[in-house]
Amino acid sequence: MTAPLLDRESVGYGSAAVLSGVSFSLAPGERVVLLGRSGSGKTTLLGAIRERLERAGSRVALVPQEAGLVPTLSVLRNALMGRLDDHGTLYNLTNLVRPRARDRAAVADILEPLGLAPEIDRAVERLSGGQKQRTALARAFFRGGSYLIGDEPVSALDERQGAEVLDEIGRRFETSVLALHDVALARSFATRIVGLKSGQVIIDGPPESLSDAEIGALYAL
Amino acid sequence: MRSEGWPRGRVVTGFAALALLLLPFADLTLAGHDPWEALARMGSGFLRPDFAAIEEIGRAIALTIAFAVAGVAAGAGAGLLMAPFYERGPVRGICVAVRSVHELFWALLLMQVLGLSPMTGVLAIALPYAGIFAKVFSDYLGDVDPRPARALGPGTGAASRFLYATAPLALPQMWTYTLYRFECGMRSSAVLGFIGLPTLGFQLDSFFRLGEYGAASAILICYIGLIATIRIWMRWKIAALWLLACLALLLSLSSPPMGSGALMRFLTEDIVPAPIRDGGPLWPWLSQIIWSEALPGIVATLVVAQIALVLAGLVAALGAPAIVTRVAGRFGRYLGHILLVTLRSVPDYMLAYLFLQVFGPSMLPAILALGLHNGAIIAHLVGRQGEDISAELRPDAPRGLTLWGWDLAPRLFAPYLALCLYRWEIIARDSAVMGLLGVATLGFWIDSAVAEFRLDAAIVLLLASLAMTAGIDIISRRLRRHLGGTTPAISRRMEAGDCAI
Repeated sequence: MTAPLLDRESVGYGSAAVLSGVSFSLAPGERVVLLGRSGSGKTTLLGAIRERLERAGSRVALVPQEAGLVPTLSVLRNALMGRLDDHGTLYNLTNLVRPRARDRAAVADILEPLGLAPEIDRAVERLSGGQKQRTALARAFFRGGSYLIGDEPVSALDERQGAEVLDEIGRRFETSVLALHDVALARSFATRIVGLKSGQVIIDGPPESLSDAEIGALYAL
Repeated sequence: MRSEGWPRGRVVTGFAALALLLLPFADLTLAGHDPWEALARMGSGFLRPDFAAIEEIGRAIALTIAFAVAGVAAGAGAGLLMAPFYERGPVRGICVAVRSVHELFWALLLMQVLGLSPMTGVLAIALPYAGIFAKVFSDYLGDVDPRPARALGPGTGAASRFLYATAPLALPQMWTYTLYRFECGMRSSAVLGFIGLPTLGFQLDSFFRLGEYGAASAILICYIGLIATIRIWMRWKIAALWLLACLALLLSLSSPPMGSGALMRFLTEDIVPAPIRDGGPLWPWLSQIIWSEALPGIVATLVVAQIALVLAGLVAALGAPAIVTRVAGRFGRYLGHILLVTLRSVPDYMLAYLFLQVFGPSMLPAILALGLHNGAIIAHLVGRQGEDISAELRPDAPRGLTLWGWDLAPRLFAPYLALCLYRWEIIARDSAVMGLLGVATLGFWIDSAVAEFRLDAAIVLLLASLAMTAGIDIISRRLRRHLGGTTPAISRRMEAGDCAI
């Protein structure tokens, strides 16, 4: 068992704690899905996990809920932003002006399975919601590493695309923690499901061990 | 919460009364010759624009654009470099200092170092604009969506973070502002011609000296047309081409060479106060300048500024309803717009020059020019707000002056007054500059000191002018805070030292 990332901790903004007394640990190879109503603390927990992993020196790729893209830049450049911290300023600056052929090819390979290859040079502000979300995924895929943290990473995709993207995530990252709202997708992807309610973990276990009623209770008022 | 203690009406009465009190002290004489005859002569010339001197007109216009493009580009570049550090004391101090000196005063000083070279004109625009750009760009960067920067890896360097995740987000706004500033730059560039640079002002002056009013009319028509169509011919995609062409044009200009070491001499000798340079007591030298030049200059500047402010207020009060469709009708609004656009796009300094040709040298041309130009700007802003309000009014709302008096004027009074108070500082600053045309305001004394190579005295007078505008700024700020009525967008631009919103 690995050392816990969070040990009965309260996390939140300002004085109001969003998470109260939460413990969370993560073993390599796990695919964790966080479930819970909006406002239950999923985003805050993901943020805390990311912070602890990075503090411990792990390489974490991130797909934030609001994508966090730069609308005026192209899909290619937004994807390149995944690896800015691997290079010096001069490399990044020249890459911004004219991306290197090698980096372009690497991004193109990632965009292919995401169905975004034709949009590589389009400004993100001209994309649809689903395309934007796939750009954020491309940025995380390009970053790579052993961990992926995703906050509703497939919310703007249709069911089939969403399942494909989750498969791709499973192939590319050893360990991942995702917040999802689609219970069926969560069941098929996760090796472990964590249910949050009002800032507390009330379910934690493999999907086979959880009944639909238990999961449904997460969403009850 | 505010209006109880500080009734807006009383503030207006106070300003109007002050202007009336100052009126007897203002030199409003129609100098010497018959102004109506001059006006008739000019009027007939202006009604028959003469494009025969197309070569001179084209050259003056091209150089006006070239100085504006190069100056604004250099100012925007420097401002962009300073913007991320604007919150640091020294950078902010430099920016405030460079932007509080008017372009024409910068040009006067720079001429001592660089002579009548293209560099003088470019820097005269670039220096004050850099200070303004730095402030506005830093505001834009501060307002940028922080989420893309948060999504970056933890070890990303500050420069990469800025270039990828911050600057691109502010870029569209920055371009819009630069374009708007370019419009101001076109005015600054044209006016620089009046002190000898080869731009529009210079050519206009030559035409006037030769009595070629038709040609003067033609060049003004071209200029106003050019400013009105800026958004068509100045595009982001071809901005770099414009810059290259303009630099090439400026480099092709020949200028009289300056002796080497002019800058060092300027900094270490010319602007060092004479008593320090030659030995002797400082105070008599300083008090001589203060009593016989600075104070008379400030008094004259304030006389001009206060009367011009009230005139601007009057012009705005009459002009604003003229551009609201429900008040003036479609046709009336069209006419009102043309009139206001003309008064707005001709710089107040150039208007004063034109009036000077008609009325002869006195405070009258300066007051008229400042009042009309600034009044047109306020009228435009207030009228636009009135148009917005009247579009959302109930369907059975009245029309014409009834609508204006009952519905719009009461709502627009607060923003109107705030805008007038904003322009107050600008009017005072420009009143000082009008001295370069011969009115006895501060600019006159600065110009004379420069002409007599008393650059140390010129610097003292310049500082006096900065102190005066800073004082007005403080009073105006306090009044505005007590009276309310400004929108954040307007106040932000105004505080950055705008030429015309």
